[in-house]
Amino acid sequence: MSIAIIDYGAGNLRSVEKAVQKLGFSAEITRDKSAIRGARGIILPGVGSFDPAIAELRSLGLESVIEEAIISGKPFLGICLGMQHLFESSEEGKLAGLGIIKGKVVRFALDKNPELSVPHMGWNRLLVKRRSPILAGIDDGSMVYFAHTYHVRPKDDIIISTTTDYGYDFASSVWKDNLFGIQFHPEKSGEVGLAILNNFGGLCK
Amino acid sequence: MLAKRIIPCLDVKEGRVVKGVNFVDLKDAGDPVALAAFYDKEGADELVFLDITASSDKRYIMFEVVKKVAETIYIPFTVGGGINDLETIREIIANGADKVSINTAAVRDPSLITRGAEKFGSQCVVVAIDAKRKGDKVNRGSGEWEVFTHGGRTATGMDAVAWAKKAEQLGAGEILLTSMDRDGTKIGYDIELTRSIKEAVKIPVIASGGAGALEHIYEAFVDGKADAALLASLLHYRELTIREIKDHLGTKGITVRR
Repeated sequence: MSIAIIDYGAGNLRSVEKAVQKLGFSAEITRDKSAIRGARGIILPGVGSFDPAIAELRSLGLESVIEEAIISGKPFLGICLGMQHLFESSEEGKLAGLGIIKGKVVRFALDKNPELSVPHMGWNRLLVKRRSPILAGIDDGSMVYFAHTYHVRPKDDIIISTTTDYGYDFASSVWKDNLFGIQFHPEKSGEVGLAILNNFGGLCK
Repeated sequence: MLAKRIIPCLDVKEGRVVKGVNFVDLKDAGDPVALAAFYDKEGADELVFLDITASSDKRYIMFEVVKKVAETIYIPFTVGGGINDLETIREIIANGADKVSINTAAVRDPSLITRGAEKFGSQCVVVAIDAKRKGDKVNRGSGEWEVFTHGGRTATGMDAVAWAKKAEQLGAGEILLTSMDRDGTKIGYDIELTRSIKEAVKIPVIASGGAGALEHIYEAFVDGKADAALLASLLHYRELTIREIKDHLGTKGITVRR
């Protein structure tokens, strides 16, 4: 198996799997530790809310598997809530995050923009700050699909790969070595999203 | 800037698109998967499938449609129509849909909104509201709308603005708002209704019912403050194309995805 898509409860994993497979990569939805350890790349998807999802991740014993994989240098992609879990804490929940990335997850603070809806739902632009390998060939300003109420705020700005403007510029993707986190849904972002997944798949050798 | 969304809506009965679709350039205009692919290519930002299958024991057919759509297009899509329990929501999401739209069941049992949002996230739960302006046609502008259920057949006595607020509090991630007065008229969206709901909630509002021209869609966004516009027959009969709509909006300074 080349790419493991971690299954930890509710959520739309099928679309991620189908998108990756359509691009010609082998992928499997799994919660099996040895399967995850044996994979060449890992995707941590996530739809839902912070506490139930992270609790499930822990009760399945996957926390250490995820940490090991990231330390080992394997390409790792956290999508939406899957990225948020890598941070230390979230305003959405009381439970601690995995703390692999320093920083926290905060609610959109849009007091100055009462006209903006929350959740931030729909297509918005990626403004490239640092071009990570998964953004190869992606035009600055490309639109991707978001559906979230909380966003990450890394302690170290240097890991921010793209920002997106919604009332203010928030971190819409982060990148640190083999670790990629994206707030948007590549599996729902049409051609742009598929190109990003294709870049990630290409790293999983 | 977040783009304003254009969302085609397809009515599906027992796995077939049943009304309003009249394409000459599709081999099978009744196939929801082929139509989904067509609209994706045209630049649709999202799709809505309304399952109007009457018999609940044929619901599995829709699950198969959802599965095939999810394997074909890579943009978000919503499934609505007759959804009344968590298990059906789970089944639809697990097969690859991004959101479910609930209407009658949410009125009957508002806790379904909360249970759906807790289990799958608020972004998954769209509450569809069919609203009808109170008062007679002469005395328009009462500024009040009543919620109807069962496809517009049953009056609930509930105020649409109050219901939208409650749905938001219960965990809805979005409101799909249909003006029953305007639906099918092509005289434009009920802007006052759309704006009234939009100003009462923070969650996105999708305007539906009444679009007949480019200008109507522009008005829904600018005057109605809608986040998205739902379109059916206007697109299905090729009276307007998504490209034309987005070109028009773009020219007038509205952010759209092109």
